[in-house]
Amino acid sequence: MNTFLAFLQEHIQIIYIVILSIFLGIEVIGRVPSVLHTPLMSGANAIHGVVIIGAIIVMGQVSSDDIPALIIGFLAVVLGTLNVVGGFVVTDRMLEMFKKKK
Amino acid sequence: MEINLLTLCYLLGSVSFIVGLKMLSHPDTARKGNWVAAAGMAIAILGTIFLYSKDGVKLANYGWIFGGLAVGTIAGTLAAKKVKMTSMPEMVSLFNGMGGACAALISIIEFQHLTHPMLVQDNMYAAAGSLDGATLLIIFAGLIIGTISFAGSMIAWGKLNGSVKDLAFNGQQIANNILLLAIIGVAAYLTYNISITNYYWFYFITAAAVLYGVLFVLPIGGADMPVVISLLNSFTGVAAACGGFLYDNQVMLTGGILVGAAGTLLTILMCKAMNRSLMNVLLGSFGITAKGEQQAITGSFKEISISDAAVCMSYATKVMIVPGYGLAVAQAQHICHELEQLLEEKGVEVKYAIHPVAGRMPGHMNVLLAEADVNYDSLLEMEDANNEFKTTDVVLILGANDVVNPAAKTDPASPIYGMPILEVEQAKTVIVNKRSMKPGYAGIENALFFQPKTSMLFGDAKAALQKLVAEIKAI
Repeated sequence: MNTFLAFLQEHIQIIYIVILSIFLGIEVIGRVPSVLHTPLMSGANAIHGVVIIGAIIVMGQVSSDDIPALIIGFLAVVLGTLNVVGGFVVTDRMLEMFKKKK
Repeated sequence: MEINLLTLCYLLGSVSFIVGLKMLSHPDTARKGNWVAAAGMAIAILGTIFLYSKDGVKLANYGWIFGGLAVGTIAGTLAAKKVKMTSMPEMVSLFNGMGGACAALISIIEFQHLTHPMLVQDNMYAAAGSLDGATLLIIFAGLIIGTISFAGSMIAWGKLNGSVKDLAFNGQQIANNILLLAIIGVAAYLTYNISITNYYWFYFITAAAVLYGVLFVLPIGGADMPVVISLLNSFTGVAAACGGFLYDNQVMLTGGILVGAAGTLLTILMCKAMNRSLMNVLLGSFGITAKGEQQAITGSFKEISISDAAVCMSYATKVMIVPGYGLAVAQAQHICHELEQLLEEKGVEVKYAIHPVAGRMPGHMNVLLAEADVNYDSLLEMEDANNEFKTTDVVLILGANDVVNPAAKTDPASPIYGMPILEVEQAKTVIVNKRSMKPGYAGIENALFFQPKTSMLFGDAKAALQKLVAEIKAI
């Protein structure tokens, strides 16, 4: 119990962020029309590419003679970038189709 | 106090994600919303590269970082630009898998980093104190969730492009659950008892998580992949948030959790559109469990020739087109639009009836038809379409089956009973284009095809439409 409370106290800011973000995530897309389900999913897919930041930090802290870690880190950066860039471009292509014709 | 611009970058990033998601859920602002989120992402990434420092030490290895960014950007843009509209869902699944793999790789490096002193000193007791339980727990969580998301997405990708077949064996659910429990159990044990003699179990967990991801998606039918991708999408969000926890990084945390929550809700919304529960989708029971007492369908169907169909449609007042999976597979959206224009020139009113789950993903038909320049206003959603069928002369069904099956309304024993459908049988004539009499995804017969007012036009949607267009031109 004490360890749990200590953990809670130490990370209370993060825990607040998590809880509020959960509600926000649900509220923010609450009334999306079914037409937009696919683009929205694709857009959300691009946003979780934010994991790339973790890959960059890891990469930047690896000592430059640790080749295996450098290779794994490099791979992580490539994959993360694919997720971000590909995700946003694909979403844009989908949404481009929706623009009203005049 | 050290002044750090990076905090501002992360704040901007987080806000842009929220605003972007909000805008993405409205048709008018969706496209801008995507760019708002992308801009926020760019700020957060550039900020991290140039401003991040820990204990006063800036990031190193710029060559590797920029190299990775360049490779990823070029490959990602090319892949995203080249992919056909019909293969969009596969692409999203693939990108999602990349994100999951990225999260898993971060965990692997961090784990090696953490356990390194233990191995070098060759003394588990000397180093044990340096391992923080909470950190290890987060590393495991990121690894497991990221890996499952990666493996699952790859299978989903394979299923959508047809290279992976459905596979289910007896007791698969039980086997999956045991595997998951084993993964969690070993991870929990390692968190509190890690030592030089057992640290390599970390890699066992990695392998087991890959296996679980594969087994989790394998039994689920291809048509349910959108739901699965959406679910895995929210998994990756949570894996990204684990990274945020690890580095005390707010933008990763908010971005990850936001997607985790929104993705879960979106998954549930997609299931609702099909009138099924998430459990029902995940258990892959469609077409497997519901057997037996369905109403038998007897009778014969009649075929219609291209020229008869052409005459029938040319002299109608109102034609409703019901596009389905078959249209998407045959890439027939452009020729379909041509048919529509041709009929309109002859004074026929043409509209499209779009079932929420027609095609491979919710909204997929809208995207496809929009690609072919079909006017947004002639696309009717299910309820509006159902009101108009009574006044429709000809319904042309292009490769749709389950979404027009009257068994959903009339036969309680049918596996699709209760699913909202397009009530095409209210129209005067129904022409069904299909490749064969083979049942649709749900594996059930469709009584609609045997009704007196229905005629079948067999053949690939694109080929049939091309002939139809040529025939109507000749009239």
